[in-house]
Amino acid sequence: MSNDESFLRTLPLTERHRAAEAKMGAFAGYEMPLQYKMGVLHEHLQTRTKAGLFDVSHMGQAYLMGSQAAAALEALVPSDITGLQVGQQRYTVLLNEHGGIIDDLMVLKLAPDLLFLVVNASRKTIDYNLLRHALPRNVTLEVLQERLLVALQGPLAETVLAPLVPEVKSLTFMQGARMGGGIITRSGYTGEDGFELSLPADEGLELVDQLAAHPDVNWIGLGARDSLRLEAGLCLYGHDLDETTSPVEAALNWIVSKNRREAADFAGAGRILAELANGTTRKRVGIKPEGRIIARDATQILDRAGTTIGFISSGGYGPSVGGPVAMGYIESVHAVIDTPVQLEVRGTLYPAKVVALPFTPHRYKK
Amino acid sequence: MPRKYTQDHEWIEVSGESATVGITNYAQTALGDIVFVDLPKVGAVVKAKQEAAVVESVKAASDVYAPVSGTVTEVNTALTADPGLVNRDPEASGWFFKLKLGNPAEIDALLDQTAYDAQIKALG
Repeated sequence: MSNDESFLRTLPLTERHRAAEAKMGAFAGYEMPLQYKMGVLHEHLQTRTKAGLFDVSHMGQAYLMGSQAAAALEALVPSDITGLQVGQQRYTVLLNEHGGIIDDLMVLKLAPDLLFLVVNASRKTIDYNLLRHALPRNVTLEVLQERLLVALQGPLAETVLAPLVPEVKSLTFMQGARMGGGIITRSGYTGEDGFELSLPADEGLELVDQLAAHPDVNWIGLGARDSLRLEAGLCLYGHDLDETTSPVEAALNWIVSKNRREAADFAGAGRILAELANGTTRKRVGIKPEGRIIARDATQILDRAGTTIGFISSGGYGPSVGGPVAMGYIESVHAVIDTPVQLEVRGTLYPAKVVALPFTPHRYKK
Repeated sequence: MPRKYTQDHEWIEVSGESATVGITNYAQTALGDIVFVDLPKVGAVVKAKQEAAVVESVKAASDVYAPVSGTVTEVNTALTADPGLVNRDPEASGWFFKLKLGNPAEIDALLDQTAYDAQIKALG
């Protein structure tokens, strides 16, 4: 990921963010809105109580086309893709041959021979190269260009969107279809109910403007997107996931589908199946600092005796929790709820506890 | 003595041999909602331009520097329970710590109100 501000790509909604007085900054090589006038804290709370609109057009959007598309993708992911019904979406990970995570992504079965993928901005070149090399000739990767991706998240998301696109009422969590002039899924990355809208960059602007103008909606920047997903216990690539980390270490066992465990036919299956059977030496857990001290990424985690047992992979302040929240990797023997640990912040040790994730309950529409 | 400022947006109010330190209104606006303040310990010896406290917003932690050298005599414990006081009243009740001055001559090197205002204006 490059944060070199001298060469930043801009996205179709940039002028709208400037008009909304966004503070812009570099993320994954793009000039992105980090926060707006409301500020990160209130943007976070706005999303949890009403609705927030996020521009995530920097993310990669692509079609995987062909009758063998799902089978071909299954070689690289541990989840059941061939078994997806049309209109069903799944969260999964691309794996390397060692079972490490190349990226985490969303896969929607849009039509019998058509998958719609959404991948991380910082990983899209790597993902597309991997897919192009791995795919058989009869499966085509088409990267979508000139495309918007916005997320409308929060308890009022349906109330806001349904008058404009009535079909969205029929969707439940992790379902999607062509509607509203684009592709809409009932998904997101905040722990709240909501939608992601993939729209053509030109015709899609009208719908985005209508959403942004709604009195219960505010633009929300990447700052609050990060605190929302952290409270929801969701992983951020490059922080909680990387190429050395397996889905089992990341506590994403649920994405390894039962039929794929039996078939053992995906990249890194040897390691991942062994880890499912025998456990891992380290594991991702929730960490709750006692008091108000904030433990950010890379903070050392120690046991009560003072031995280092892991590190914080994502940490910060949770506005809905009203205090510090974190996730980290620790030795599996310590990965038990309520285990007391210590965090080293600026040379001082502070008490914390291993806790269950998420910090704020998910409120998806099931 | 009139209030002085640093280029890093701390203010200091000197009274005899002691001084009160905080961050400016410009600083709290730039930081956004403050959710935690890590104050120095009473008795800590701080040096001019070195880290003396940490102020955290939702998105990041930022150092607060000691404008001058000295020994910490008191910290504003109200900030522990209510870090938002720094946003609401940065240049009065949202003060951070008090110092017994180590080298009063260091005060002369700081910005006066006019110079600090000019700096803020230049930042836009």
